[in-house]
Amino acid sequence: MDLARFSQVSEVEWRVEPVGGMRVPAVIFADAGLIREMDDKVLEQLTNVATLPGIVEAAYAMPDAHWGYGFPIGGVAAFDADEGGVVSAGGVGFDISCGVRTLHTGLTAAEVEPRKQRLADHLFAHVPAGVGSTGQLRLNANEMDAMLRGGARWAVERGYGSAADLERIEEHGCMSGAEPGEVSEHAKRRQRDEIGTLGSGNHYLELQEIAEIYDSQAADRLRLRVGEVVVSIHCGSRGLGHQIGTEFLRQMVVAAPGFGIELPDRELACAPIKSPLGQAYLGAMRAAINCALANRQVITHLAREVFADVFPGTHLGLIYDVSHNTCKLEPHTVDGRTRQLYVHRKGATRAFGPRHPTLPADLRDVGQPVLIGGSMGTASYILVGTEAGRTRAFSSACHGAGRAMSRHQATRQWRGRALVDELASQGVLIRSPSLRGVAEEAPGAYKDVSAVVDAADRAGLARKVAKLKPLVCIKG
Amino acid sequence: MRPHWQHFPHGADIGVRGIGPTLAAAFEQAALAMTAVVTDPAGVVPREAVDVQCEAPDNEMLLVDWLNALVLEMAARHMLFARFEVNLEGHRLHGTAWGETVDPARHQPAVEIKGATYTELRVREDESDRWLAQCVVDV
Repeated sequence: MDLARFSQVSEVEWRVEPVGGMRVPAVIFADAGLIREMDDKVLEQLTNVATLPGIVEAAYAMPDAHWGYGFPIGGVAAFDADEGGVVSAGGVGFDISCGVRTLHTGLTAAEVEPRKQRLADHLFAHVPAGVGSTGQLRLNANEMDAMLRGGARWAVERGYGSAADLERIEEHGCMSGAEPGEVSEHAKRRQRDEIGTLGSGNHYLELQEIAEIYDSQAADRLRLRVGEVVVSIHCGSRGLGHQIGTEFLRQMVVAAPGFGIELPDRELACAPIKSPLGQAYLGAMRAAINCALANRQVITHLAREVFADVFPGTHLGLIYDVSHNTCKLEPHTVDGRTRQLYVHRKGATRAFGPRHPTLPADLRDVGQPVLIGGSMGTASYILVGTEAGRTRAFSSACHGAGRAMSRHQATRQWRGRALVDELASQGVLIRSPSLRGVAEEAPGAYKDVSAVVDAADRAGLARKVAKLKPLVCIKG
Repeated sequence: MRPHWQHFPHGADIGVRGIGPTLAAAFEQAALAMTAVVTDPAGVVPREAVDVQCEAPDNEMLLVDWLNALVLEMAARHMLFARFEVNLEGHRLHGTAWGETVDPARHQPAVEIKGATYTELRVREDESDRWLAQCVVDV
């Protein structure tokens, strides 16, 4: 994008004042290099978001922003229900509550190294990944509804983890306000045997070595030490979330004129929060959040089973679990007034600062962990929310590297087999049911995650704590 | 003209495009392009038929509905489809897809499709006897 289109607020904050139908400014947090690489569509989509009714303060984009559906991926926008605010299915996305959780293993990379191959093979065999894969659980109608209401709590109650896990998950593992009755039979049908599956695309289970610490105090509190190995799981609400996104987007497209909403882009389809359709979507979306939390919890259990077999006596304790594609009701102070706002984060992470009441007691002085997934073969990061972040983008940070190249281009540039061999020579073992899938997800097809994380840190959205480098990646 | 399909690039996902002498043929080809996002359609055996029906206010939404009906059937039945037949009555569609259960070893499916979207959505008659139907699918 052309930098001349913005007024520069700081080295990492760029702004476009409202023009035309925009109700609020559009703001991008990124350095000049990242902005230059961004597609023009990011600003076009962000200015479209700024036209939506009831939007508060500004339409924001994170440093990893790229062209999405309606909202850019990496987009953040908050709406006030009392001022005609809307909820947008496109503002949440198809993969509702797609997110990351990271677990301690208590093992060092040196201890893991001799059994790395075995771990990789065992994890690949035990954690269902890829197109058409099914989990061990088959949910009947009652269990489906219980899962959609209970989230990770439902999974823990059935033996997939412990109560301690729930303390380290956003919403304590269970999103309130879920309405399984608003979830269609089609969506439930799609999910019947998909609990405990990774999915495909950019979803993964990765073993990572803590390579560098930037903030020793926060790292101590999160028990992160250089040389130790963690497990990160990136996946979402699977077919159920995709189907809810599809169905509500369509309903909102059809209903928009009736609400008097003029859509600059069909993907921005939305409904007033206070309307029956808005409420139905929120109930279904919250059920999908619970589906994602349950899914990551069951996968955690499967990973623990593998570690118990390969390294008897290890305990995989949860560091934290964050979601990326959500709309959540949160209190935020705007112009000195605290308001209840519906914050859409699409491809963005919540990043509450220290002392936020929803944080687990033992992390309250540190801030909320922000887990940034890299791409296969490149670094991932752990950050924490900051005090300054309270006044920036409603306590939000980036979520990953963000794609820099189309899948089509990636498959022309790389071959899956060659990539797997090259990464193996660098000590990174890839296991995937699809070599073309590996090529499409080549690390080179993504933005430089380190530049993205540095920009988020410099913008005060979140503070860098640790860098992780991959050892084993199970790709969907 | 001979019906055919194409992919077109999108930043994060992929565009599917069907081209044919009739609207129905373009819809059939767009579905084939969608299969090709996942796997090589030539490797999918059309041994089992699945019927889908949909209805929409216009041709563009009908394309998205058709592709999404197939996404649902692919996901819920764990199937891949290789052959399609579309019959249209106004904006009402009756379609049949033939395919088989996913075999990861044989099909090497690259990615699953989350949904067809309204992005880059176009359905139109370009010239006489040349219909085009396209949109981006989220993967």
